[in-house]
Amino acid sequence: MLWYTTKRLIQGIITVWFIATATFWAMHQVPGDPFVGEKAVSPEVEANLKAKWGLDKPPLEQYWIFLTNMGQGDFGISFAQESRSVNDIILERFPVSAILGILAIVFAGLGGVLYGALTALYRNQWPDVLIILLVIIGISVPSFVFASVGQLLLVIINQIVGFTLLPVAGWGDISHMLVPALVLGLGTMAFLTRLMRSSMLEIVSADFIRTARSKGVPAAQVFSRHQLRNAVLPVITVLGPSVASITTGGFVVENIFGIPGLGQSFVLAVQQSDYGVIMGTTVFYGAFLVLMVIIVDLLYAWIDPRVRLE
Amino acid sequence: MAEASNESVANVIPGSGRQLIRYGVYAVVGFIVMLFLLGQVNQCTGMRSSSIGAVHAGSGTITLNLAQEPPQLDSTKATDQVSGMVLGHVMEGLLRYDADNNLISGVAESWSVTDTEASFTLKQDLLWSNGTPITAHDFVFAWRKAVDPSTASQYAFILFFIENAREITSGDMPVESLGVTAVDDYTLHVKLTEPTPFFLSLTAFPTYFPINQAFYESRDGRYGANAEDLIYNGPFTISQWVHNANVRLEKNQNYWNKEAVHLNVIDFAYILSDANAIINLFESGDIAQAGLNVELVDRALRNRWDIRQHVDGSVFFMEINYREGRLTRNYNLRKALQYVNDPSELVNKVIKLPGNLPGESIFPVWLKGVNGKFREEFPAKPMMTNHDKAREHYALALEELGLDKITLVMLSGDNPSANKQSEYYQSKYAKVLGLELKLDRQIFKQRLQKMTDGDFDLVLAGWGPDYADALTFGDLFTSWNENNRGRYNNPEVDRQIDIAKNSSDPNVRMAAFARVQDILNEDVAILMNYERGSLYVVHDQLKNVARRSVGPDPDYAFAYIVDEES
Repeated sequence: MLWYTTKRLIQGIITVWFIATATFWAMHQVPGDPFVGEKAVSPEVEANLKAKWGLDKPPLEQYWIFLTNMGQGDFGISFAQESRSVNDIILERFPVSAILGILAIVFAGLGGVLYGALTALYRNQWPDVLIILLVIIGISVPSFVFASVGQLLLVIINQIVGFTLLPVAGWGDISHMLVPALVLGLGTMAFLTRLMRSSMLEIVSADFIRTARSKGVPAAQVFSRHQLRNAVLPVITVLGPSVASITTGGFVVENIFGIPGLGQSFVLAVQQSDYGVIMGTTVFYGAFLVLMVIIVDLLYAWIDPRVRLE
Repeated sequence: MAEASNESVANVIPGSGRQLIRYGVYAVVGFIVMLFLLGQVNQCTGMRSSSIGAVHAGSGTITLNLAQEPPQLDSTKATDQVSGMVLGHVMEGLLRYDADNNLISGVAESWSVTDTEASFTLKQDLLWSNGTPITAHDFVFAWRKAVDPSTASQYAFILFFIENAREITSGDMPVESLGVTAVDDYTLHVKLTEPTPFFLSLTAFPTYFPINQAFYESRDGRYGANAEDLIYNGPFTISQWVHNANVRLEKNQNYWNKEAVHLNVIDFAYILSDANAIINLFESGDIAQAGLNVELVDRALRNRWDIRQHVDGSVFFMEINYREGRLTRNYNLRKALQYVNDPSELVNKVIKLPGNLPGESIFPVWLKGVNGKFREEFPAKPMMTNHDKAREHYALALEELGLDKITLVMLSGDNPSANKQSEYYQSKYAKVLGLELKLDRQIFKQRLQKMTDGDFDLVLAGWGPDYADALTFGDLFTSWNENNRGRYNNPEVDRQIDIAKNSSDPNVRMAAFARVQDILNEDVAILMNYERGSLYVVHDQLKNVARRSVGPDPDYAFAYIVDEES
């Protein structure tokens, strides 16, 4: 187990290095640099800027400097928001994305498992048909539509009740989080519902269920210990990467609800050619995703003793 | 999906429904507990946007949205509109603009400007927000900082009217040689490189704002990074700045003219760029001002909001590549494109947002001329759309170039409005001339880089003014201007701009600009598109908000709240 963990971590580090390298070179291939602006700068000012930021050095040397700094956990300063370090930006904005992401994933996970189990129990009856219909909508409609519609509904609801029941946008307390988290988690919840449903149906006819029941194990116990526990495994497998994709994929929702999360800077940095923030956020998210996958693999072994990590 | 195909109902374990309900209840309870816990954790991140509504007469508070986080509040380096707007509220130059867009006294009490120099007498006893006196040295320090090569300010060029500024920025002269001196604490003396009749309006521009040297140096390179890394001399101070979440301005108690400032708090409680989300906030009474786009106009009309119009000062045009080897160097081809061009159609049928004006000249309608408006004194030649003439010129162009068919590349931005425009031109040129237009859509920076590299035949471009004088548009197509991305080169344009730059006589200057206006049209240097306008809505109770084409916009410094009309 320890050896396995170490091995996976080393693999993870190599993956992150690869992500960093690929991003670094791809980024420098894109036309334009952080100093391209609406107003052309004179050659002198451009030379001053490049010298100041070390962009006048040969690419290989820049890459080496970047790697050395990254090794020490330093991503330098933002080009677009000078005088602010990339680490500060990540530290400040990631918790917001993380809170929103956790809430969304909890919502998606709980909802997915419950609705999935429900549809499996009432297969081909009205709850199943209704939920599967909603699932199709949830999977096919993109989150910006849900976000916009959700926000518009809030405006209407607030107008009807005559006071601010839930704020339309902004960030602060629970009331600000609820709707964005629901919107953010909706797609994943729909996907998990479908996964849970098929997994439940597959297991209910498995041999060990029949054995358990014929042994006389109480029905409730068979359901929770044997069926549910086994059926939830595939859900957990996809949950890990979903955590990463939900916390990163929040750009649209963050944008519409004015939430100061990291997803926003992730996308804006690319548009602004903000080299420091592009590298910082990409490597950070890359590492985060890799870590999540490793954690899920370890968790898997813990939940399902049949899985041996060798 | 591999579903068990056994008879399903029989396979349901009895009692599992009740068990599931129990789990469901656990889940809901767990979720609520989680919500509260996360709410508590979030308190620690300090990210809060609490609001007391759009306007609050009792406390003199207005709540607004900011389009983006201000990227740079070090006035020597700020380049963007949002930073400029915030700085305009919390800092003050020698002069400033009032609510009617007249230049009025700021830090300077009196001034005089000649062709070669300017001098300013500062008000005495003015204080920074930390209690330090404001002196002429603060201006000398800031201006030197802005042209210093190590600052590498992208707006250094706006100080190039001051002696030696250009040479200092290119590293050829020491920073101390800048032509600005503090004769004493309250007298500032400036040497100019050329007659600059609009120099006073420059002193209201953020790059010209003062910076206190002692404070700047005490921040150790972090000047402007946070609210506490700045001191203020404008009508407001930044009392709270949570990055990417909110910026809160409070009335500056040390401001010399605080009687004229009526608002106590300007709370930029939201940082949002999504137009729909912003209008949702406006409709729900959370913010006091919001912009409208084409899709939102109907909603504003339905709600019977008071829609207002603002000309932001920018001019949009199609720039043509004149570099060696480009087909667009051919005069007849350009002339053909010009005869197809129909700015009214573009504005009315393609852009469709009221408030935009069809473009007729590189000099927009709001510019001052000799006595009145430049465009009234020197009207632009009317645009003549004529498809027959266009085809004639196109035939000539084909003959001269020895081609059967011409294909051009049009570079444009990659957003819905730019796409609509480029597709309009694509179909128009194909229909009228049989010319094929290839569209090269690029996001902001990439488009600008390709423009700079000359990697285009035609490009949808625009220009916003840096100061309130025709020169900011007039010198755009001189051979020495780096913003002349098509590298248009005409000795006569250069000569006329030289004449304008070496005179302070408005008659001479405006005549030169008028000549440039004619040449650009005759020679088809560019094809005019439109002058940008915008629509916006403001809360009924908020009055005296200044909008302007040059300078901090919008300006709430002298705004006030009226009581609700019953």
